[in-house]
Amino acid sequence: MTIEVVSKSAGTRRPFFRRRKSCPFSGPKAIKIDYKDVRTLQRFISERGKMVPSRITAVSTKKQRELSKAIKRARFLALIPYLVQ
Amino acid sequence: MAFYECVFIARQDISATQAEALADQFSGIIEENGGQVGKKEMWGLRNMAYRIKKNRKGHYILLNLDAPAAAVHEMERTMRLNEDVLRYLTVRVPELETEPSVVVQSRHSRDDRGGRGGDRGGPRGGFRGDREDRDSRPPREQREASAPASPPPSTPQDSDNKESEA
Repeated sequence: MTIEVVSKSAGTRRPFFRRRKSCPFSGPKAIKIDYKDVRTLQRFISERGKMVPSRITAVSTKKQRELSKAIKRARFLALIPYLVQ
Repeated sequence: MAFYECVFIARQDISATQAEALADQFSGIIEENGGQVGKKEMWGLRNMAYRIKKNRKGHYILLNLDAPAAAVHEMERTMRLNEDVLRYLTVRVPELETEPSVVVQSRHSRDDRGGRGGDRGGPRGGFRGDREDRDSRPPREQREASAPASPPPSTPQDSDNKESEA
């Protein structure tokens, strides 16, 4: 019963199959998280300067914690803004 | 002894040589207290993302330290007293990097790109890149909204199979 319901709802919600992205910081071609690397951090903050949630960027939970710390350090050193007006 | 990375920002009004002298002063404090300075990196006068004490720019200096905690505390104390230092951040790291950091490397690559005409700005994710994405987004959403109408006959079965596998 429940399985049918789940599959039906998934079928209507996602009519075509979307490939699952993998965490950019884990695996063989992983990028290192570094608070000095502004260009990499820029990919994980929005235009307003806010951090992008991991459900959008597909960063793993552990790496997202690391990343948020790096972003906060970079903000403190005025390498990236706290907010963009 | 432990490894630390220390970045500090010096006021924009002082000259580059004065900033370097400041870095030497702090390295001296570390060495007096039984530590070593592995690498000293001058990032130069950089634009800051926001104003700190009315400064828009600052001299960024990175020090790699292998020092006891007492030496780091003493250095941080003198940084607080020194009015030329706008901000400092000392972070403990598992290992010190020996190669030049990303900041220095990226500055060189940016120079290269400027010579080529700067047409490779795509993967950097700068503001301009974001704006272009935004412009192209509305049509894609329309496409997504219209897409489910035509493919459903075949796709629901596919997604059902995938769900049952997972």
